[in-house]
Amino acid sequence: MIGAGIVGASCAHALALAGLSVRVVDAGLPAATSAGMGHLVSLDGSAAELALCSDSLARWRALAPSLPASGAYHRCGTLWLAENEDDLATADDKRAALAMAGIGSELITPTRLAALEPLLRPGLSGALRVESDAILYAPRVADWLLECVGITLERAQVTALEDQQVRLADGRRLGARVIVLAAGLQAGALLEGLPIEAKKGHLLVTDRYPGRVSHQLVELGYGASAHAGQGTSVAFNLQARPTGQLLIGSTRQFDTLDPRVEPALLARMLERARGYLPALGAINAIRAWTGFRAATPDGLPIIGRHPEREGLWLALGHEGLGVTTAPSTAALIRAGVLGEHPPLDPSPYRFERFRASAPADGQR
Amino acid sequence: MIRLTLDGEALVLPEGTSVAAALAASGDDHARSDLAGRPRAPFCGMGICQECRVCIDGRRRLACQTLIREGMEVERTR
Amino acid sequence: MNERLPRECELLIVGAGPAGMAAACAAADHGMSVVVIDDNPAPGGQIWRAGPRVDLPLRAQALRERFERLPGLRLCSATRVIDAPAPGRLLVEREHDAGVIDYHRLLLCTGARERLLPFPGWTLPGVTGAGGLQALIKGGLTVRGERIAIAGSGPLLLACAATVRAQRGRLVALAEQSPWQALAGFTIGLWRWPAKLAQAIALANPRYRAASRLIEALGERRLEAVVIESLGERREIACDRLACGFGLVANTELAQLLGCALDERGILVDQHQATSVAGVYAAGECTGPGGSELALVEGRIAGLAAADQYPLAAALSRRRARWQAFAAQLEQHFALDSSRLPPRRATTLVCRCEEVTLGELEAHSDWRRAKLASRCGMGACQGRVCAAATAQLFGWAPPPPRPPLSPARIDSLLLAGMEEVQE
Repeated sequence: MIGAGIVGASCAHALALAGLSVRVVDAGLPAATSAGMGHLVSLDGSAAELALCSDSLARWRALAPSLPASGAYHRCGTLWLAENEDDLATADDKRAALAMAGIGSELITPTRLAALEPLLRPGLSGALRVESDAILYAPRVADWLLECVGITLERAQVTALEDQQVRLADGRRLGARVIVLAAGLQAGALLEGLPIEAKKGHLLVTDRYPGRVSHQLVELGYGASAHAGQGTSVAFNLQARPTGQLLIGSTRQFDTLDPRVEPALLARMLERARGYLPALGAINAIRAWTGFRAATPDGLPIIGRHPEREGLWLALGHEGLGVTTAPSTAALIRAGVLGEHPPLDPSPYRFERFRASAPADGQR
Repeated sequence: MIRLTLDGEALVLPEGTSVAAALAASGDDHARSDLAGRPRAPFCGMGICQECRVCIDGRRRLACQTLIREGMEVERTR
Repeated sequence: MNERLPRECELLIVGAGPAGMAAACAAADHGMSVVVIDDNPAPGGQIWRAGPRVDLPLRAQALRERFERLPGLRLCSATRVIDAPAPGRLLVEREHDAGVIDYHRLLLCTGARERLLPFPGWTLPGVTGAGGLQALIKGGLTVRGERIAIAGSGPLLLACAATVRAQRGRLVALAEQSPWQALAGFTIGLWRWPAKLAQAIALANPRYRAASRLIEALGERRLEAVVIESLGERREIACDRLACGFGLVANTELAQLLGCALDERGILVDQHQATSVAGVYAAGECTGPGGSELALVEGRIAGLAAADQYPLAAALSRRRARWQAFAAQLEQHFALDSSRLPPRRATTLVCRCEEVTLGELEAHSDWRRAKLASRCGMGACQGRVCAAATAQLFGWAPPPPRPPLSPARIDSLLLAGMEEVQE
């Protein structure tokens, strides 16, 4: 297993439980798991995305009672906020789509919304409430998954991917019947032709303000409109950590690998957040930071066997949904590796989809 | 002398007194509580450790770097 | 105090301690427009902090009077730097407002903070830093008749003891970790700095115990006693307050955010007190702890250099060298000996904000992994206290700072987005 982020850890955990002996190699480089929000959220950008979220959220719920307290799993639910009638129509479509996938949700009136989250600005048109969504602290959960019997963790950098073996920075080679590449953006340095791209994001966390916000709050435009297109964008997303700290997002940028916080863009993100929660203005922020999502052209992760490389499996390109969809990613990898019946249709996530759409390009 | 309130109780102290010293003058110098509810009080005294953050007139501020003012309302952080 | 924040200046000085005040005087004397921002309510820094219970040394009073009357100076007290949103610009916050200040040259006089090492009971109310207790007393805290213990390392312990004595507190312990030989060597070495020798004699205290080790603070919801080990014997001493400190750590966060190079003592500077970033200077204890005399001369040099008065600045280099030698003596004789630091107990909190214990950290190999696994350093102080502690305990490199440099209102951070500031 190359990568000990939430996806690599989940895959390692699933394979170890299936009886395989798993060695996880991780370079300890900055990664999406440590930078991200840790939200478990049902997104419906496509049927395949929703199917993966739905299956995965059920797996998280099953795992929740075993998670350590420091994993901070909390089923806070999501409120998708509607600013106008159009948003409400979007909310209703989303409700119907979630229902098809077996996820319950309900439309909330403005009065009820104000009662649920009194700090939201007046005048919102309502919200879609998804009670099954949750949050967790992903770095700790990833470490916990790796504590499973059958897993050994190696802090080392893989410098080359060879046939059924990897080369480490210190020159050693490790061989394995199955190699799973779950190194997010770093995978691009090990395997040519991966259609993944970095999308920079900013986050900010506040001091403790317990009891101010209870749900995860997301604007309905998140993903669909605010983060559509190719330009730099901001969208409102907020979650309350168990200590009362508020975690505020989000931004999305292309074509940069500069990890520095960009104060002007951070300000835009906060302006948007304050538009929904005016009380945020007087609240103390304690830290802002950035991270990079590994995104594919169609927004779906790449999960499954590499079409040409013997014994190589891919579990990467989860963009902002790695934490949400890690358990199902692991279930698909496990089913593939062991030749079991997959828990959901694996075809939308296969690497081959990019080959089929652009055969002439060959390598990108 | 300056009059202020701390968690609603009136205090009268000399001008130039820091809010941190005002906490101590109240007889209970704690400024905030930890996650288990145990008291924490001003510690570094120089604006670094953040232990003395209290709510002053609606804003979360450091007691050690704020001087008392007439009519100031100070609340401990819970 | 409710005057509007200035928008721009030729020289922006961060910190109004001895270095910042001396620099402001030197630069303003040569016609520069100077803005000084300082996070304390009044100028003076930690050492010359003013307050209702303070008699400042004459030298401090004189400098402060001159400083406050400088033509072309704007002093913004109770003002914090929270970010450097663009080249030549700082974002600052006050209690009721915030703003950006543009500068041609920047001088960092951000001082040093106490190194505060964890020990069992250090989160109890009644336990403070040594400088912290001094600051509290200067801010109006009454310690008359209180039983006060002081422990740790460095000359600040003696200064704290003198403050306590002047306020009629009862000093019940004064425990220094350095051995007698080192302290004696330090004192003998002071003949080269007669003023310091006189000061050392004035501060001498019959309760002073060398080679002593702070073991723990005891109490339920407040400090009740301290345990100190001296000459192989552990004693429990009832007390109302414990002031502790283990030397000083340079405040380098703003410099790091600006990209200035550091050395092992603090911000790296050249003979003109210039940092590695063009137009940015640093002076005083943020370049390495060394006392107020060194800070004053470094501040003057930096102020002169920022005003392009290089010959005048160069004329001060011998005096600076003299006080640098004094700083080296301090560092050498008060070096921390790990065998006399508080015992490492797995249950002791290291990160006071996120409540992370020593035991939770020991398993990790570096700050980043420890932080991610335990949330150490992710609380309100952003590792200012615990990262200095883990540097001492485990040798971990402290993390680079991230904005905001200290907790700041979201409203204030919104100002970083301003392209051009409206009048």
